[in-house]
Amino acid sequence: MRDLLRTLTAVLALWLVAAGNAQAILTIKITQGAEKALPIAVVPFRAASQLPVDVADVVAADLARSGRFAPMPAADMPSRPAEFSEVGFQDWRLLGMENLVIGKLTPTPAGDYEVEFRLVDVYKATQIAGYKITSTAGNLRLTAHQIADIVYEQLTGEKGAFATRIAYVTVRQQGAGQKLYTMQIADADGYNPQTLLESPQPVMSPAWSPDGRKLAYVSFEGRNSAIYVQDVYTGERKSVASGAGINSAPAWSPDGARLALTRSRDGNPEIYVLHLSTGLFQRLTDDPSIDTEPVFSPDGSRIAFTSDRGGGPQIYEVEVANPAPKRITFSQGDYNARPRYSPDGSRMAMVNGGSGGYRIAVLNLRDGSFEVLTNSTLDESPSFAPNGSMIIYATVGAGGTELAATSIDGRVQQRLALQEGEVREPAWGPFRK
Amino acid sequence: MLHRSLKTLAIVVAGLTFIGCSNTKKTDSAAVVDQGAGLSQEEMNAKAHGAADSAGFQGNALNDPNSPLSQRVIYFEYDSSDVQADYRPVVEAHAAHLAANPNTIVTLEGHADERGSREYNLALAERRAQSVQKQMVLLGASAGQVRTVSYGEERPANPGHDESAYGQNRRVEIIYAQ
Repeated sequence: MRDLLRTLTAVLALWLVAAGNAQAILTIKITQGAEKALPIAVVPFRAASQLPVDVADVVAADLARSGRFAPMPAADMPSRPAEFSEVGFQDWRLLGMENLVIGKLTPTPAGDYEVEFRLVDVYKATQIAGYKITSTAGNLRLTAHQIADIVYEQLTGEKGAFATRIAYVTVRQQGAGQKLYTMQIADADGYNPQTLLESPQPVMSPAWSPDGRKLAYVSFEGRNSAIYVQDVYTGERKSVASGAGINSAPAWSPDGARLALTRSRDGNPEIYVLHLSTGLFQRLTDDPSIDTEPVFSPDGSRIAFTSDRGGGPQIYEVEVANPAPKRITFSQGDYNARPRYSPDGSRMAMVNGGSGGYRIAVLNLRDGSFEVLTNSTLDESPSFAPNGSMIIYATVGAGGTELAATSIDGRVQQRLALQEGEVREPAWGPFRK
Repeated sequence: MLHRSLKTLAIVVAGLTFIGCSNTKKTDSAAVVDQGAGLSQEEMNAKAHGAADSAGFQGNALNDPNSPLSQRVIYFEYDSSDVQADYRPVVEAHAAHLAANPNTIVTLEGHADERGSREYNLALAERRAQSVQKQMVLLGASAGQVRTVSYGEERPANPGHDESAYGQNRRVEIIYAQ
């Protein structure tokens, strides 16, 4: 564990250098919470000295953001235990607090911190989980997210996705009519934003590789769309699809060896699979309509995409080994586009358009049920969290385009806004390996 | 061509450092978008003239404000790539100019409004540019003279989120190589 963290720290340090300076932080506002959130107290962790990060605060914010927990404000806590033996169970029971997270940080001779925490069942007066994690000062936020992941998994039975990252595009005005586009990545809570690319020309469509090490995206820096693959740690990148026509909509295969993408070099947008080791393109569609926005199914056997071969845009699916397209959206309105499979393959998120506007909807691929999850008018770019619990997407708010997230049942809603400029096209990264 | 190669090289070199990468000065096409953003509603609604009489104008017809050649933007209906009859004289004039000047090259930049998904809009905007390209070729321009590029909804002429902005953003810009 220690070696792993050291390696991670070394890699992160390199990435910080490669990725450049921090940008404006996304601030997250929970606009609608779940009704049956589980009460929990994340007691401020004990430490002898002032810390750069309030670990308990980060853990509590993560849990609150999921909508499934209602963390108690620190000011309301009857006591601040850091050890199991210090917990006054009766006091917490009287407050209806079912679970406690307690912990402490101890500096190590090497200048790091030993972060010790316990998850306590108040009613049974037992310890559910207890861990000791060594963290550098710079990694304390990541450690806090990992603690939140453990707490979340212990209490919900579902893997946590707090120690993950998101990629997104920002746009800022640069004087008269000039714009600056950036491709950025940040922690899932909006902290630690890093710039991967800045350009006066548009950038779009970020897509994480399955190992979280690379980002594919579209950039117009050559005055046409071209697809690039960039290593997020070293900054090294290469163009993998360019030339005449559209080169866009990259999506990784689950094994990370191929990219599904759209090209119109033969005059019409078609879906291709690019084999990254050989650079060979395998064409999957052949139709005079628009075919675009491909995405691999989680098992890699199928590709869903948007096509207007039936008149308006609808979702179709092909077997990669036998590319005969089958339409999968029918009675869900005139406009269905930009599909994304849920991580377990049971659902598909998409942009659903109608007279009221464009919203994020989810089609249950098992029973065919269809649910519109959002209620703005210009929602787009849905992306599932790797644990399938939330969908992050872009919407238009008071200050322009901003990000929002919804739980897959629509009960929990959040807004993620930049202090300056627009932010759009979120892509939620994979679990950290 | 050499200029383009140098620019590509510059991008590759700048790419090695990433930050400030592709900091490639203001482009011609960006300037055109800026102008579009400043169009008044009156200008927006201005329809093409009939056949131009530029007899009294000395110099390049492209610079004659009374010629339909001065109109460099074609607007489209929602979710449509059909060139409306109103714009036919504009397309005809540019096609005739290209036919008469075989060394002249034009780029048709396709754009979409922001509604719906971005990648689909990139394809839709390309279809608009191709629609104008096809007409120009049918009207006498050679295929090699008319290039297309799609920017989808990425470079709106008007940043607004309403019908009037959308009408200005669904467009093909006709850009002559300098």
